[in-house]
Amino acid sequence: MIFLRRQLPLLITLITGLLFAAQYYVPHPASEQMLTSATKWMQIVGGFALILGVTSLFHQHAVKIKRQEAGWGYSFVLYVGMLGTIAVGLWANGKESVEGAMTAFGWVYNFMMVPLQGTMFAILAFFIASAAYRSFRARSREAAVLLVAAVIVMMGRVPLGEYLIPLSGDVSSWILNVLNSSVRRAILIGISLGAIALSFKIIFGVERSYLGGGKE
Amino acid sequence: MDATIFGAWVATGLTLLIFSFLYKDTPLFKFAEHLYVGVSIGYTIVKTYDTVILHLIIKPIVENGEFALLIPVAIGMLMLTRYVPKAAWMSRYAFAFIVGMGSGLAIPRTISSFILKQVEDTVRPLLSMAGPDGLTFSMNLLNPASNLNAIIILLGVSSVLFYFFFSIEHSGAGKAVARTGIMFLMISFGAGFGYTVMARMSLLIGRLTDLIEFSDASYGRPTIWLALLTIGALVFISRRTKPASPEV
Repeated sequence: MIFLRRQLPLLITLITGLLFAAQYYVPHPASEQMLTSATKWMQIVGGFALILGVTSLFHQHAVKIKRQEAGWGYSFVLYVGMLGTIAVGLWANGKESVEGAMTAFGWVYNFMMVPLQGTMFAILAFFIASAAYRSFRARSREAAVLLVAAVIVMMGRVPLGEYLIPLSGDVSSWILNVLNSSVRRAILIGISLGAIALSFKIIFGVERSYLGGGKE
Repeated sequence: MDATIFGAWVATGLTLLIFSFLYKDTPLFKFAEHLYVGVSIGYTIVKTYDTVILHLIIKPIVENGEFALLIPVAIGMLMLTRYVPKAAWMSRYAFAFIVGMGSGLAIPRTISSFILKQVEDTVRPLLSMAGPDGLTFSMNLLNPASNLNAIIILLGVSSVLFYFFFSIEHSGAGKAVARTGIMFLMISFGAGFGYTVMARMSLLIGRLTDLIEFSDASYGRPTIWLALLTIGALVFISRRTKPASPEV
């Protein structure tokens, strides 16, 4: 039983890991076909992972409503929003528009989801500005550099900034395309080295946390 | 009522309810927040059903007889054994498959795209060949491919990598390199911050543009009426909320 519960999953990881790492070095149509199929398989398995997440959320809010805990009414709103969207989505066959005409699902997307999402992210502009006001004091040389870079980039992205400081557009582009990209490149190289090391550890069974706890 | 006009009223109302958070966390905001989560999940479920269940599973199996697709379905079903405590260990097969495949795919592709390609773009010739006469050194800062920028990028990448390399002590010349790395990092963080602020501002302008558009008489002026209603509701809520008793 230990083999089925503990060793077989590790063996599956080892075989699939080595197989798909090797696939990259075999430019044969069969190998390419395998990659295409595997990508499709991943999408299908990912769909089931969504079921896992959604049922957990369903359960959490259902318990809240059942026990009438504080704020259960909001859980009810969440349920109504979710079930309502699913109902109109299935009714419209998952299409936002049919022959140019907006469906009920498209209406939910355009007049509910887009405004809610846009506004939710837009109010962050106020909070970022407020946080910047409180924390962006040039207390050290590094903080001053950060502040100056932020101001130049902000000025360079709007016509008013370029009108007030004519060079800000060019300097902003230089900061983003040269200085910023060099840092991003260095960070990307570091992250990639870490990701490769982690992948090797997973394939060879050194890292096993993805299997979860529970009984052996 | 026309669907677009009704939509304008709903969109305006929801926008104002979210904006009410700028005053404080009220039931109005909580209502809109939970509705947003519900609608987003519902939308994702419908889209996943349409893309995965219909177009990746049912149609290929029914129309083309691709029964091999039952294998990923079985692997996906194994994930759901998490709900059965006695059979929960079987979900490990699904996770083992996904994680193993992801790791295998990541290794060569990460080396190729994120390490070798990035190093190749960093280590560029510091001088350029210009015609038969010989070498030139271009100093145009606005051209990311100029020789001067190539040196700056090389300096930035090396110093930032050195800053994150903790196996040797950052002292002497190493300290100077690490400090250069910090300066590059600070500029990048500042640029990232400025860029994010402007992106959020752009979203804010988009929402305000919609509110201005919906204040038109052709929509029935929902912005004005609903703004008054929201402000009234906020006043009502703030008056109903008892002030916290002072701590003794």
